[in-house]
Amino acid sequence: MADGDTNIPKLDDPLQVPCIKPGAMEGLQPFLASPEHNKALGFPEELVPDWKEKALAKMKELADKNRAFQVYLDICVKCGACTDKCHYFLGTADPKNMPVARQDLLRSVYRRYFTFAGKYFPWLVGARDLTKEVLDEWYSYYHQCSECRRCSVFCPYGIDTAEITMAARDILDAVGYGMKYSNEIIGKVHTVGNNLGLNPKALAATLEDLEEDIEDETGVSVRLPIDEHGADILLVTPSADFFAEPHIDGLIGYAKVFHQAGVSWTLSSYASEAANFGLFIGNYENMRLVSQRIRKAAKDLGVKRIIFGECGHAWRVAYSFLNTLAGPWDFLDPKYPVPQHILEFTWNEIQQGNLTLDPSRNDHMTVTFHDSCNVARGSRMGDMPGGQFEIPRNVIKAVCNNFVDMDQDTIHESTLCCGGGGGLLTDDLMDLRIKGASPRMTALQKTTEESGVTHMAAICAICKTQFSKVMPKYGYDMDSIVSVHQLVSNAIILDGQETDDDADE
Amino acid sequence: MLSTIYALLFYGATILIVVGVAAKIRKYAATPAPLKIPTTPAPTTRGGVVLRMLREVIFFESLFKSNKWIWLFGWMFHMALWLVIIRHLRYTIPGNTPWLLDFLQPFGKYAGFAMVLGLLGLWARRFLVDRVRYISNPSDHLILALLVAIGLSGLTMKFVAHTDVVAVKAFMSGLWTFKINTLPTDPFILIHLTLVLILMIIFPISKLLHAPGVFFSPSRNQVDNPREQRHIAPWAAELEK
Repeated sequence: MADGDTNIPKLDDPLQVPCIKPGAMEGLQPFLASPEHNKALGFPEELVPDWKEKALAKMKELADKNRAFQVYLDICVKCGACTDKCHYFLGTADPKNMPVARQDLLRSVYRRYFTFAGKYFPWLVGARDLTKEVLDEWYSYYHQCSECRRCSVFCPYGIDTAEITMAARDILDAVGYGMKYSNEIIGKVHTVGNNLGLNPKALAATLEDLEEDIEDETGVSVRLPIDEHGADILLVTPSADFFAEPHIDGLIGYAKVFHQAGVSWTLSSYASEAANFGLFIGNYENMRLVSQRIRKAAKDLGVKRIIFGECGHAWRVAYSFLNTLAGPWDFLDPKYPVPQHILEFTWNEIQQGNLTLDPSRNDHMTVTFHDSCNVARGSRMGDMPGGQFEIPRNVIKAVCNNFVDMDQDTIHESTLCCGGGGGLLTDDLMDLRIKGASPRMTALQKTTEESGVTHMAAICAICKTQFSKVMPKYGYDMDSIVSVHQLVSNAIILDGQETDDDADE
Repeated sequence: MLSTIYALLFYGATILIVVGVAAKIRKYAATPAPLKIPTTPAPTTRGGVVLRMLREVIFFESLFKSNKWIWLFGWMFHMALWLVIIRHLRYTIPGNTPWLLDFLQPFGKYAGFAMVLGLLGLWARRFLVDRVRYISNPSDHLILALLVAIGLSGLTMKFVAHTDVVAVKAFMSGLWTFKINTLPTDPFILIHLTLVLILMIIFPISKLLHAPGVFFSPSRNQVDNPREQRHIAPWAAELEK
């Protein structure tokens, strides 16, 4: 789309703060959802005539139902701590992409209709009427937030702009002003079971092809079972893992780890999607419906545990919300947390010494790790806070000899979003995606210059897709982004596998 | 006459701030948090959350991570404000004050300067930093002006034009037992008290709500244990029926 005319921001430092450029991203809007997409999700088909009243009623409803929304609208003091924390602000310089300013787009309306000061002294507190222009502004700027929570780390009150963005999108959907990308995809999950709309037949065929590929490569028959009743483990993974590069190499990695660990596992065609775009549109009911598919699949297949593949927002919903949305999980084996992350599983197997690994098989790369935003700031792995940073790095270091971290300010809880998260991974927002990626890309370029980093590993389907698209703009090959389990897959030596060493002999 | 007006104003303002803040706290406490959204890494126990919250409200931990200038000015202002408030207890509590308060008295005297300095630093940022200028509303400037004026009028009474502090104490501490004693009428005490009254009145309808509100912020006050313990809001539980 806007591919060609994007000026790639040149930053000297990943976190270089620009001077504000009001209006820099004004009017940028993703495609509107079609009436069918909206209807399928239980939303009005198109903008309703009484949208103003409906929007205000929804705002009131959310303030009554969600403490975060209510508290965050009230307590911001405009200190400015968050103003330079959003990658979209750093990349676009548009002041409305500063977290507090993004919140204020909605807070100004909340104040006008629901607070004493805003009702009687609107000019004093920056309160404003809800007009069509304001609604359009919401549509534009609440689709320039990837809900990555970086601002919430730095806010003295923990105000999370993602919560405001989700509420704003929920309000927009409630008046029939939803976004095509997310709504169309959620509809597919409700009907087919995954974001890509892959039916069970297509899925089974893909998995068979992969089994052949693995056998060709290793000489070992590794299974990728689907809908297998009585398997111990249900693997729920983003559907991009069936389809896209480098995701698919990660899926091969999971299969090899399961094979070598000797566990029985299965995918489900009914719950063939880990991602839950209900999160992106801030809609509890849709998020719940998507999650319930996993519960049903687990019951139908009679599994004992659930493991999630590499997917950032999926892992947030899985780790933090799944128990709420689709629990309780009392019918599963209580020995294991529900759900587990594939990296928790793999790291455990590595620690047990159950995997034969040859890290030198990744010697052609020097790897860094991109902490995915929702894993870093919205979830955990393992028993200790911060396990979500340690476990992926531990696994990478076990399978890779050359690992270097990026700048401390840009990893762990301070990690930068890839630029495509939160429902923005659509071509109609390519300009924003390229600009929003610039802080991360600048941090990566620094490690390339200083430490010769060639590849960046990620554990999120969106990060992987986004980077394979935008990295070429920053001077990297599109395959410079790799799955963590792709590195595992490279290094793992299956029992009975023919290796190059054998061939030499 | 003047004493009666101020006494009534203090009663009115006290009712407004107490009832107003209590109503807000009730609202925050009654509104459910439907999902577990602590900003991670987060503590995995209640005790850990208490420590996290203490670090936030005592040291402004997150602000320190974010921006050293805002932290410096903001922390200086807030901590000085505590000392100033402690100093003022002696003027408002009837009779003799406990030794600890007496010990802290002189610190409050100089904390007044730190308080004003911190406020001026924060205010300067609203003019000098383009990003902060952009997000500032008139009310953001006015609250700073109000607090600076309270600080300056107080400092003036301590260091330039003394008021009859014994009479002020008699007036303020009399209010506890509904006795209206005579309030001195020099301009600085009247300005000082008027501004404090304004501050009390606007507290529950302004961003000053951050003080009670921070304790209700789910991203800071939730325990990171969603896999171990099922968390569900009452309205969400209804969906399961």
